Amino acid sequence: MRIAVCIKQVPDTEARLRLAADGRWIDEDDVAFVINESDAYALEEGLRLAEKTGGEVVVVSLGPARVQEALRKALALGAARAVHLADDAYQGGDAAATARALAAALAREQVDLVLTGSQSDDAGFGATGSLIAGQLGWPHAWLVMGVELDDGGKSARVTREMESGLNEIVRLALPAVIQVQAGINHPRYASLKGIMQAKRKPIATPAPDELGLAAGAIGAAGARLEVLSVAFPEAGAGAEIIAGDPATAARTLVEKLQKEARVL
Amino acid sequence: MTKKVLIVLQHRDGRLHRMSREAVAAGQKLAAAVGGTASAVLLGAGVGAIAEQAAGYDLEAVRVADDPRLADYTPGGYVGALAPALKSEKPDFVVFPHTYQSVDYTARLAHEVDAALVPEVTGFAVEDGVLVWTRPILGGKLSSRVRVRGEGTVFVSVQSGAFPADGAAAGSAPIETLAEAAPAPDREILGVEKAGAEGVDLTKASIVVGVGRGIGGPEKLGPIQDLAKKLGAEIGASRPVIDNDWLPRDRQIGSSGQTVAPKLYLALGISGAIQHLVGMKGSGCVVAINKDPSAPIFSIARYGIVGDLHEIVPALTKALEEAGS
Repeated sequence: MRIAVCIKQVPDTEARLRLAADGRWIDEDDVAFVINESDAYALEEGLRLAEKTGGEVVVVSLGPARVQEALRKALALGAARAVHLADDAYQGGDAAATARALAAALAREQVDLVLTGSQSDDAGFGATGSLIAGQLGWPHAWLVMGVELDDGGKSARVTREMESGLNEIVRLALPAVIQVQAGINHPRYASLKGIMQAKRKPIATPAPDELGLAAGAIGAAGARLEVLSVAFPEAGAGAEIIAGDPATAARTLVEKLQKEARVL
Repeated sequence: MTKKVLIVLQHRDGRLHRMSREAVAAGQKLAAAVGGTASAVLLGAGVGAIAEQAAGYDLEAVRVADDPRLADYTPGGYVGALAPALKSEKPDFVVFPHTYQSVDYTARLAHEVDAALVPEVTGFAVEDGVLVWTRPILGGKLSSRVRVRGEGTVFVSVQSGAFPADGAAAGSAPIETLAEAAPAPDREILGVEKAGAEGVDLTKASIVVGVGRGIGGPEKLGPIQDLAKKLGAEIGASRPVIDNDWLPRDRQIGSSGQTVAPKLYLALGISGAIQHLVGMKGSGCVVAINKDPSAPIFSIARYGIVGDLHEIVPALTKALEEAGS
């Protein structure tokens, strides 16, 4: 089975953030970038399904030059090859413009299944996977916690999270786009051998015209959403911050919980 | 020209979903802000009583697609039911509750009818004639202001708690039939199961100690367990802790876990992503301990300590012993 996994490289969620000078995004200097958490789980799921079926995984990402690092990591984990939509024309898009570009790249790959994470940890639209499915005309499922192939790979039994602690099990005809939720599996670590092999695995960087994409349909030019500014939550709207060394702060807190909040 | 706002209602167990009422509040507010009218649409099978409930709001109409193909939610069913009406009427805005169900199909529907999509909206304002939406990014650490360029329908999904349900104005709306609905289910529903193993019921605890990724690892749980024991508290966790197997899944708090509202919630190393906040923000008193002063958890906490929780937690246990609590 040929499986594509779409990954995004995002700022490490543990990173301490500063705003960029133009106030429209974070300052990316000194920020570590990692594979988006749910995408890492999608990659692991893709690798497992490929191993089970004797297939291969192609990993696809849209983003600037730094994304090469994320793709090399995916190759080290076991993906066979990578596609990097690196051209400037692809960058700065909203979810729809990004999905348009990714779908065009995926359409060339003749895959049976596309996996991606449910949501990016930065913009957090939760939409790219289902927009890709819309572009390709395939069924999709979001927030997936289990995938089992049926009918010799013609369909998949998919477990998807619902609210209130329930999962729904559905059957999707393949090809489909499956948007994986974090926690579906336990992602592997790269082996030294994998890291060495990854250096020789190919990363294609198709230009928009090679994918039949008009410049106005992708990237910032193809985006309908425009970010005007980003900001930290309002200061002062939140908690009463208790100062002091740990022992003092702890004593003050206990006193407040007893006498002010009366919850102890 | 009068703007048209359409609110898509979600329901569960024969009633409107709580967040549908919040979507009504948001849709009414939006209609008032842009000079328009708000209608609602309801999809399902045998949903007459829910339509009556929706008709109790101040809306132009409640339009219903009552169809056996909509008995179970499927994206194909919902997209097929809604897309024809959206294409022919071209409403200016469609408002959805930001739920697991709506996220599953709204992007697909937006693609189908060529609408722009602004998910997880927490607010909006008209600034110099431009409608500006506010939504969280980076797990709620920052918020962003976005606008939609160009013409056409705009979809927004509204985040839980952003538009309180009691702000929805009551009225008496006529119930109509949604025209041209053509549901085309694209999934076979095989069953429903409980997500986690049966286990701890965190909802009964009067004090909950919630731990997040910020605790660093399962080997750091010892002093936290001592503190919980001293407090007579149950330990719960945010999703990353569960996904990493630091604690079992029956201790997960948040949108895919349990919803708790103890009198005291002590959040340790929890940054405060919305997926966690929806599971605990009803708590009586929230205390947050986190090394990052900009962590969103502080915005809903009553008390906060900025610092290393591994130093503060033992100090807190000691302070409780000294206070005889």
